Amino acid sequence: MSRPLTLHHQDTLEAHPDTRVPDPHQDVFSTTTFGFWVYLMTDCLLFATFFVTFAVFHDRTFGGPSPKDLFDLKTVFIETMVLLFSSVACGLALLSSLKLEKTKVIIWMAVAFLLGASFVAIELKEFTHLVHEGNSWERSAFLSSFFTLVGTHGLHVSVGLLWLMVMMFQVFWMGITALTFRRLSVFSMFWHFLDLIWIFIFTFVYLMGMV
Amino acid sequence: MFGRLTTEAFFHEPSQNGAVAGMVIMGALLLILITWTARWKWLWKEWITTVDPKRIGVMYIVVVLIMFAKGFADALMMRLQQFLSVGDSSGFISASHFQEIFSAHGTTMIFFVGMGVIFGLMNLIIPLQIGARDVAFPFLNALGFWLFASGGLLTLISLAIGKFSTAGWLAYPPLSGIEYSPGVGVDYWIWAVQIAGIGSTIAGINFLVTIMKMRCPGMTYMKMPIFTWSCLCAVVLIILAFPVLTATLVLLTLDRYLDMHFFTSYGDGNPMMYVNLIWAWGHPEVYILILPIFGVFSEIVPTFSEKRLFGYASMVWALIMITILSYLVWLHHFFTMGASPYVNSFFGIMTILIAIPTGVKIFNWLFTKFRGRVHFTSPMLWFFAFVLNFTVAGMTGILLSAPPVDYQVHNSLFLIAHFHGMVIGGVLFGFFAGFTYWFPKFTGFFLDEKLNLYAFWCWFLGFLVAFMPLYMLGFMGATRRLDHYEASTGWHPIFAVVAFGACIILCGALIQFFGLFWSIKIRKRNWDHSGGDPWNARTLEWSIPSPPPIYNFAIIPTVDQRDPLWAIKRGQAPKTEKIYEDIHLPVNTPIGLYIGMFATIFGFAMTWHIFWLAILSLSGIITTAIIRLSLRDKHETISADEVKKMETLQNRNEPL
Amino acid sequence: MIKLLKTPVFFMLFVAGLIILFVLAMQPLSVLHFGSDIVMLFPKGSIAVQQRNLLLIIQAAMLFVIIPVYILTFVFSWKYSSQNPKGDYDPDLVDNQLAEVIWWGLPCLMVLGVSLLIWTKTHELDPYKPLASANKPITIQVVALQWKWLFIYPEEKIASVNFIQFPIQTPLHFEITADAPMNSFWIPSLGGQIYAMPKMKTELNLIADEPGDFRGSSANISGEGFSGMHFIARAASEEEYHKWVTSAKESPQALNGETYHTLAAPSKNNQVEVYQLQDDHLFSQILMQDKPKKNE
Repeated sequence: MSRPLTLHHQDTLEAHPDTRVPDPHQDVFSTTTFGFWVYLMTDCLLFATFFVTFAVFHDRTFGGPSPKDLFDLKTVFIETMVLLFSSVACGLALLSSLKLEKTKVIIWMAVAFLLGASFVAIELKEFTHLVHEGNSWERSAFLSSFFTLVGTHGLHVSVGLLWLMVMMFQVFWMGITALTFRRLSVFSMFWHFLDLIWIFIFTFVYLMGMV
Repeated sequence: MFGRLTTEAFFHEPSQNGAVAGMVIMGALLLILITWTARWKWLWKEWITTVDPKRIGVMYIVVVLIMFAKGFADALMMRLQQFLSVGDSSGFISASHFQEIFSAHGTTMIFFVGMGVIFGLMNLIIPLQIGARDVAFPFLNALGFWLFASGGLLTLISLAIGKFSTAGWLAYPPLSGIEYSPGVGVDYWIWAVQIAGIGSTIAGINFLVTIMKMRCPGMTYMKMPIFTWSCLCAVVLIILAFPVLTATLVLLTLDRYLDMHFFTSYGDGNPMMYVNLIWAWGHPEVYILILPIFGVFSEIVPTFSEKRLFGYASMVWALIMITILSYLVWLHHFFTMGASPYVNSFFGIMTILIAIPTGVKIFNWLFTKFRGRVHFTSPMLWFFAFVLNFTVAGMTGILLSAPPVDYQVHNSLFLIAHFHGMVIGGVLFGFFAGFTYWFPKFTGFFLDEKLNLYAFWCWFLGFLVAFMPLYMLGFMGATRRLDHYEASTGWHPIFAVVAFGACIILCGALIQFFGLFWSIKIRKRNWDHSGGDPWNARTLEWSIPSPPPIYNFAIIPTVDQRDPLWAIKRGQAPKTEKIYEDIHLPVNTPIGLYIGMFATIFGFAMTWHIFWLAILSLSGIITTAIIRLSLRDKHETISADEVKKMETLQNRNEPL
Repeated sequence: MIKLLKTPVFFMLFVAGLIILFVLAMQPLSVLHFGSDIVMLFPKGSIAVQQRNLLLIIQAAMLFVIIPVYILTFVFSWKYSSQNPKGDYDPDLVDNQLAEVIWWGLPCLMVLGVSLLIWTKTHELDPYKPLASANKPITIQVVALQWKWLFIYPEEKIASVNFIQFPIQTPLHFEITADAPMNSFWIPSLGGQIYAMPKMKTELNLIADEPGDFRGSSANISGEGFSGMHFIARAASEEEYHKWVTSAKESPQALNGETYHTLAAPSKNNQVEVYQLQDDHLFSQILMQDKPKKNE
């Protein structure tokens, strides 16, 4: 596609013909996306630490309820679908931005936002329910690690929603430019990453907890 | 309204009042000096809002010098106390103050001196060595600095308001948990380290992308200078280790603030988990500190031996091996925690494996001198002392890696002697060498060499007197962190000797400190007239004027071999056309400072449980970030004609 | 010599050499001066003896690397100094297969040897491994408190604070826990340490070969009174041991669940105390207890 290349080259200082050697005139797009990948690796490690902690403490219930008693797979399934479709909406927003269709971009972003917000709402409901039943994070090491792992993911999603809102305004005011396209790409990396982390949570926390 | 902050926080033990007063007075004097010389505008424009890595590097080093003074003062107080506090005497510091001191000493030296040194060097040197005009993310780079400074500021604030942690520089629970340390100390530690740690992660990401994406044409990985290689390995370690620290600190924070049970024995938690996680970060951390220093020596030794580095490929593979192995040894920090002999011996063996690539590097440096022409400038003296001290300290590391031996010497002064040999004999000596070596590049004049020599001998002798006897003290059963011991132990004479050694080091540090100001004063005598290459060096940073122009390279160089400046001098460099182009540079921004300030306030507010202020400052960070995201990418442009003028003004006669 | 000393490089190497020799000389001199105060080099128990021997063996092996490095450092600095016209100059000498083979290969061999040593010795000197002996082992349960050591003899039904006694050449089986932050139980004359952690039990097996009073301490920071947490471990004859146990059984102080809670309250620089043990399962109770966190 020739369109995306135009977007990139608006950022470059000079189109360098020989791309086989490292070039200080690298376009900002590839540097930024690569840098964001590296950031995602650090975030991955953060989650990995919380996963490892959960793995070590998953059966340290201090006489309290175990995962089987607490988790409702139906709710979790709904959360998973909601987040998944939010990711799809985000992907569709990015595709529309490649075609420079500003209105469609904003619509898909709004859809992604609503679905993401629903995810957070459902999760908050689950947490509140647990706390009201006396199964808050103070109860045991297992519950501490559950709330921390799942809560950190929820916090990332919430920050993502804030970012998404800011992005919607920026696309509205500035349109699809090299800058906003770059930021949309980076955001969608983040959003898909969070979906991936959720798959792991869904599997190792909820599914395996029920076994 | 103010959480748990009361006026009591402003009152300290008698032994602390002097330090607090001194710090406050010095801070006030500094502010007065800046006002009196009408430098606020200049400071704001040239330094505080800068995104130029050359400036940021200098700022890192300034913070390092301030924090080093504090950390060293802590060390002197400890030594004095241990000299005085024997038998019936209890010295001049209470036990709890002493414990604050050693916790602050370790935290300051590792996080705010060690990390500051390597980021300072990376900012100054890497863009120049790879032939780039800037780093990949100039704003994030500045932000990383301000978060680093914010953490440092929090530790200084803890001296004046409240108390610092008494749980050691790594704050093991349960001692650091809310039950045994209910006060503000551990919270100060958590926020200072957490904020600085996030700054380190950001800076690490920036330099990884810079090295991987912004090398000049022709500079493939195997043609990069070894300093850049060593920093590449170090930032890989940073990226893969610091998130673990962030996460672990979060867990401890949640235990303390929200009554969670990760590390409490009540509630089915397990403190051993903290020990494992913190050292999973902690071991890579010490390699993060030393690898750039290995790189510094890999630049200094060839330059002052007038010879290429011996075994470049070997050195690179050694660096990579050390990087990988450093993730596989963390348990050697707690052999005595009761793991099975299978586990302990596995980690013991992995630990001694690291000796192989490290030894290889030492031999490669020595053989760089072989059949070279060695000039004993002070950087080479520091290298000389490094080889002698670091090798011995490394050897004691091998001794420690044998679990049965470690069962005896763990947490004794033998361990302290080992790791100080590594950080002083290694990191600090390397930093001094690099500082002296690259000083003329960024200032255009030399440090006074005579004072360098005096300082060197004080440090070399002082280090040996202050730390070698500690091995013997360890063998005599002396543990670390003791504020008092009985006379019957027989330890007192040795504590006297090592206190004296600390005084010798103090002489060295004072000579360096005053030497810096003296060198600035007499700079016209020590001007560098060589046009930017006083040492006859081999890498690209020496091919531009001293101090470098803001854009570094008027024309991006093309290289086709290692030691590209030697290639140029021998007439072997690829010819680049001398076409000047417009240069775009990022504009200054105060946002890094603002976020840093909000972070300091946030850390302070969280420590004292002033939760409304914490929410406010956190919102401040988020709002500032959103504002930053809403600005358009602005650049300043230096037109090609201006560049040409600046270049000719510098009287450059070397074709590039 | 004086002429050579005038050349800065030689002077520098000379002074550095003197300093190194001085530091080296300090080692045997301090051993001679401090003698048996250096408890790790002159241990009194066979575990500590084996640990010291391992240290010395590895140290000796390392000298095969350290000494050549030192010699090369001095020799190369002198021979190839720019002030020495006699050194050959070969600016592009950057590779030598043989050299690389030697300094990759020899350290590998050395590491291999030391690894085997580490593997075998770590298994042999596992703190949990009971010691083989003709004599019946004595079990001592250890509780690290703030800031003193509580010792419980479950079979003899006595307890003590900051003091233990046992006969020589009798295996000692320590079971260790803490009712305090992490500590480390260490009697360097007899052997290495092991951590004392709340709600966890670690084990240590030691033996004293000679009589004496051995200093023990905590080797992990546990709060304000940490430096006062030292105790005496006395090895004496069998008769003296029984005499001590008998007198402890007649102690006016009793240790049970209640008096334990008083004892466990924070205190510093405790004196030696002995108790009758009234509660046989005190140690297990301490190990299993669930204390909610103290409120601020």
